[in-house]
Amino acid sequence: MATPQQALHRQAVSPEAAALVARTPAVITPGHTFESVTETISHAVLSKRTPIGWFFGFAIAFILLMVLNVTIANLLFTGIGIWGNNVPVGWAFDIINFVWWIGIGHAGTLISAILLLFRQQWRTSINRFAEAMTLFAVACAAMFPLLHTGRPWLAIYWLFPYPNTMGLWPQFRSPLIWDVFAVSTYGTVSALFWFTGLVPDMATLRDRAKSPIAQKIFGMLALGWRGSARHWHRYEMAYLLLAGISTPLVLSVHSVVSFDFAVSVLPGWHATIFPPYFVAGAIYSGFAMVLTLAVPLRKFYGMEDFITMRHIHNMAKVMLVTGMIVAYGYANEAFFSWYSGNIYEQYMMYNRMTGPYAVFYWSLILINACMIQLFWFRKVRDNVGLLFILSLFVNVGMWLERFIIIVTSLHRDFLPSSWDMYQPTRWDFGMFAGTIGLFLALFFLFIRFLPAIAIFEMRTIVPQAKLSTEHHG
Amino acid sequence: MTHEADAPTVFGLMAEFETPDGLVTATEKARLEGYRKMDAYSPIPIEELNEALGLNRTRLPKLVFLGGILGGLGGYGLEYWTQVIAYPLNIGGRPFHSWPHFIPVTFETTVLGAALTAFVGMWALNKLPQPYHPVFNVPAFARASTDRFFLCIEATDPRFELDATRRFLQALHPVGVSEVAP
Repeated sequence: MATPQQALHRQAVSPEAAALVARTPAVITPGHTFESVTETISHAVLSKRTPIGWFFGFAIAFILLMVLNVTIANLLFTGIGIWGNNVPVGWAFDIINFVWWIGIGHAGTLISAILLLFRQQWRTSINRFAEAMTLFAVACAAMFPLLHTGRPWLAIYWLFPYPNTMGLWPQFRSPLIWDVFAVSTYGTVSALFWFTGLVPDMATLRDRAKSPIAQKIFGMLALGWRGSARHWHRYEMAYLLLAGISTPLVLSVHSVVSFDFAVSVLPGWHATIFPPYFVAGAIYSGFAMVLTLAVPLRKFYGMEDFITMRHIHNMAKVMLVTGMIVAYGYANEAFFSWYSGNIYEQYMMYNRMTGPYAVFYWSLILINACMIQLFWFRKVRDNVGLLFILSLFVNVGMWLERFIIIVTSLHRDFLPSSWDMYQPTRWDFGMFAGTIGLFLALFFLFIRFLPAIAIFEMRTIVPQAKLSTEHHG
Repeated sequence: MTHEADAPTVFGLMAEFETPDGLVTATEKARLEGYRKMDAYSPIPIEELNEALGLNRTRLPKLVFLGGILGGLGGYGLEYWTQVIAYPLNIGGRPFHSWPHFIPVTFETTVLGAALTAFVGMWALNKLPQPYHPVFNVPAFARASTDRFFLCIEATDPRFELDATRRFLQALHPVGVSEVAP
C-alpha cells in the first residue's frame, strides 16, 4: 500500500520525465474527427485517381509475378530438377523461402491479436495492412512446399485426409503433416479475422461510394452491416474471441514449423531451443516487413497522421527485443554444440563458422545480433529513412538465418563421403523473386481497393468517441 | 402488395444524434419510458449501449467453446481412426496409438473449430448477411457509418404511437426525427 506521501511523490514528476512524456508522439495526430479520419482513409480507395507511383510500383511487382508464372510453368513441365537442391541438400530454397515467408506473416497476427489482448492502442492504425501482409505472406509460403512435391495435383492425398479411392491416409506422426494443418489453419483463421475486421469499413465505403458499381461491390461485402448496437455487441465479442484464439495459434504455427527441423536427428536441427527461437525470429522478421511496408505507405498516401512516430518507435523497439532473443538463440546453438560433447554437433558449428558458407553465417550475425543494437538509440529510431534501410537488412538477415540452418546442416552430415555443396539455380532465384512479386502485387491491389487502415477502429480513438462519465456503462 | 390494409405504414421512428453521448442518453431515457423494441445505430461500438438497451450477454462464447471441443475431438478422432483402424503403419516401432504425435494436429483442429464457430456464429446470430433493412430508407442514415448516431423505435413496440413517440424523441434534442418506411 502506498502512503499518501508516496502517492504524492509519484505525482511530482521530474522535469526530465515530463519532457520525455511530452516528446512521446501520440498514436493519432490531434485535431482529427470521425469525418476527417473516415475521409482520409476511404479517399485512397474511392478516389478515381490512382497515384502515378502506384502504377510504377505495381508494374515492377507485376513483372516479378510473371517471372513466378514462367518458373512454375517450367517447374511443372520439367520437374523439380530445375532447382539446385539435390542429395544431400534435399531442402533448400523451397524450405528457406517457406519459413521466411511464414515468419513474416507472424507479425500481422501479433499486431492484430496479441496487441489487442494487451490493449495496445497503437496497434489500431497498423493492424489492417499487417493482417493483409500475413495473408499474402502465407499464400507465398504455402506455394513452396506444395511445388516442392513436384506434382501438386497429387499432393492433395499426401497432405490432406480425404477418403480417396486408394484407401490411403496421411501419416500423422510426421511433423510435415502437422505443418500442413498448422499453416492451413493459420491461413484460414487469418482470413476470417481479416474479413471480420473489414465488414464495418465495407459499410462505410458502401455509404460513401459515388459510383454504382462500387456501391454494389462494397454493399455485398458489407453483408448489410448497419451499425446496430446488438450487432456491435456480438461483433466485439467475436473479435475478441478470434484474437484470443489466434494468439496461441500464431505461437503454435512457427513452433510446428520448427518441429520440421527439431524432430529430426540432424546436428544443428535437433535442438529444444527451436520453437521459441523460431517464434521470436518470425516476429522479428515480420516487424521488419511491417516497417518496410509502413514507411512508404505513410509517406505516399499521406498517412503520417495515423501511422505516427509512435508506431515507428514501437515497431523498432519490438524488433530490438525479438532481435536480441534471436541473438540469444544463436549463442545457445553455439553453446549447445560445444557442450554436447558430440563430434557431429561440434563439427556442424565449426563448419557454420569457418566452412564454405561462413560468409553467410557471419553476415547474419552481423545483421541480427550486431546491427540491431543500433535500435537502442533514439536518434536511429527517429530516422525513418534509416529505419527503412535497416528493416530491409533485417529481412535479408533473417533469410540468411534460414539458409544457414537448412543448408549447413544438410550439406555436411554424418558421413563425409556424402558431403556436397549446394548451389541455387536461376530457377530458384526466379521462384523467390516471383513470390516477392506476388506479395507486392497483392499488396498494391490491397491498398488501392481496400482501406489499408481500419477506419472504424481509428474512429474509436479520436476524442469525439469519448463518452462523458455520467452513464453507468 | 395484396394485403395493403394490413401492411404497417411505418417501420418506426428514427432520431439522429451528433454525439455518442446524445445517443446513449436518449436510449437510456427511451428505456425508462418503457420502449423495448428499439435499436441504436453507431459508427463505432459503444459499450454503454448494451446496458441502455438491456442486452443480455451473448451466447457466442459458449458456442465457440463447443466448436473448439468438437474440432479437437474431430481432429483426434480422425488421427486415431486413420492411424489405428483404417491404415495402420509401423513408423519406427511406435505404437499405432502414439498419442503425443497426435497433439499438434488436435490443437490446430481445436483452433479451427473455435474460429469457424466464432465467425459463422457471430454472423448467424446477427442475422447477417441481410440484403434489405428498412433503416436504410432514411437518407440521413448514410452517415451512420461515418459520424452520426441513430436511435430507432420500432412500430411493433406496444407503446409505439406515431405522434406520442415523435414528441418523445423530439424532446431528446436530436438533429432530426424521421419516419422509417417499411
